Amino acid sequence: MPLVVRLRSAVCLLGRFPALAGVGLDVEAGEIVLLAGPNGAGKTTLLRLIAGLVPLYSGEASVFDTDLTVDRRAARRRLALVGHETFCYDDLTVRENLRFVARASGGDGATVDSTIDRLGLAAVADLTHRKLSAGQRRRLALGTAIVRDPELLLLDEPHAGLDADGRAVLHEIVAAAPGEGRTVLMASHELDLARALATREVRVDSGQTNTLSPLNPPTMAPTPMVSTEVSIPVESPEARQR
Amino acid sequence: MSIWREAGLVAGKDLRIEARSRVAVSQILPFGLIVILLFAFALDPDRGFLARTAPGLFWIAVLLASLLAIGRAFQTEEQHNARDGLRLAGLDGAAIFLGKAGAIALELLALEIVLGAGVVLLYNVNVHGIAILILTSVAATIGLASTGTLYGVLAAGIRLRETLLPLLLLPVLAPVMLGATRAFEDGLEGAPGNAWPWVALLGIFAVLYTAIGVLAFGPLWEES
Repeated sequence: MPLVVRLRSAVCLLGRFPALAGVGLDVEAGEIVLLAGPNGAGKTTLLRLIAGLVPLYSGEASVFDTDLTVDRRAARRRLALVGHETFCYDDLTVRENLRFVARASGGDGATVDSTIDRLGLAAVADLTHRKLSAGQRRRLALGTAIVRDPELLLLDEPHAGLDADGRAVLHEIVAAAPGEGRTVLMASHELDLARALATREVRVDSGQTNTLSPLNPPTMAPTPMVSTEVSIPVESPEARQR
Repeated sequence: MSIWREAGLVAGKDLRIEARSRVAVSQILPFGLIVILLFAFALDPDRGFLARTAPGLFWIAVLLASLLAIGRAFQTEEQHNARDGLRLAGLDGAAIFLGKAGAIALELLALEIVLGAGVVLLYNVNVHGIAILILTSVAATIGLASTGTLYGVLAAGIRLRETLLPLLLLPVLAPVMLGATRAFEDGLEGAPGNAWPWVALLGIFAVLYTAIGVLAFGPLWEES
């Protein structure tokens, strides 16, 4: 399977702090990869690096064969990120926010209504973002990602703030992703829920080491994981400079 | 998608947000009117001083109100980190610049119409040379919007941006203030021929800052 994400000794700085201090990661097309690790481990920065939202300080990073040190924008039209915030506008309705995202991403907005239905947002489609509950906002955030029909779906704590119905919708979307031609990379603290979906788990600790369990073949239905751990030695920025 | 279609999308989004939030109508416009009213209170209207200085006072009011409009255009991108959403959409930086500047320019033109009517009524100004006044307004507004959008993104993401933006922007806008005031004076005095050099200055300023914005906004937007 072709590589969608390829990171080698990737270092990202937040100020002077190395949020990622030498991460290596390969993600193949059709995988559902779980990023697990404690708070502050660098999971969010890793997702933002792949989305091209934070610059690479050193190392190698490519997404869809686009070198992120050369062009951070090129791959964006092919991916979507669901972050901690909704990336939406308070004074636009659910429908208007989705339509704007779809059109800005090069689409024609034809999938807006089906996305609203799929996310269970039909009853609030004409309410502005500021009037939505926290759970509805999370669904909308997921909708802004799906409406773009991305090849790579980056999910940062996607279970947070979702009720049982919302989680069911999320699981349906993630489980269907490989069949729809999507690759999924998700960071989550809800490990039991996320592991039920993931085909592989990558552990991120202090942005310095990744521990990988072996790859299970991606399928339409979630497969249980087998966990054997492999450590990737990481060179610190200081050591690299020496 | 063409750059103009992307720009139209961004401008439409910004104008829809302003129409829905009513910040422009309920805060920015009243602010401009209050400035004009305060000038009328502070300067004696009986000696004709207000009518003579009306062009300068009008453009000061527009300039101050435009600071609010520019700040507002970038404030909406801060809510819920919408700026990242706009980045992820992969829109061309030049298109975002043109869209945001275009939306600001339309808001400012509407503001100028209302403030202009206020100046005529409160300052007892006789209007001559409508064509030169309109041309001046359009050129000055494009310059204001382009410069404001460029400096707005420079200040975006900085902790003290509310106070930093006027400090950065007002000195740069001195040529707009000067050119627009002089062109309005000549127009209102019935000597529109004298106004052309000032209109040309405003046009050059607008083209220059629009070109700089088209080229520089993208990288600044990425790093803001």
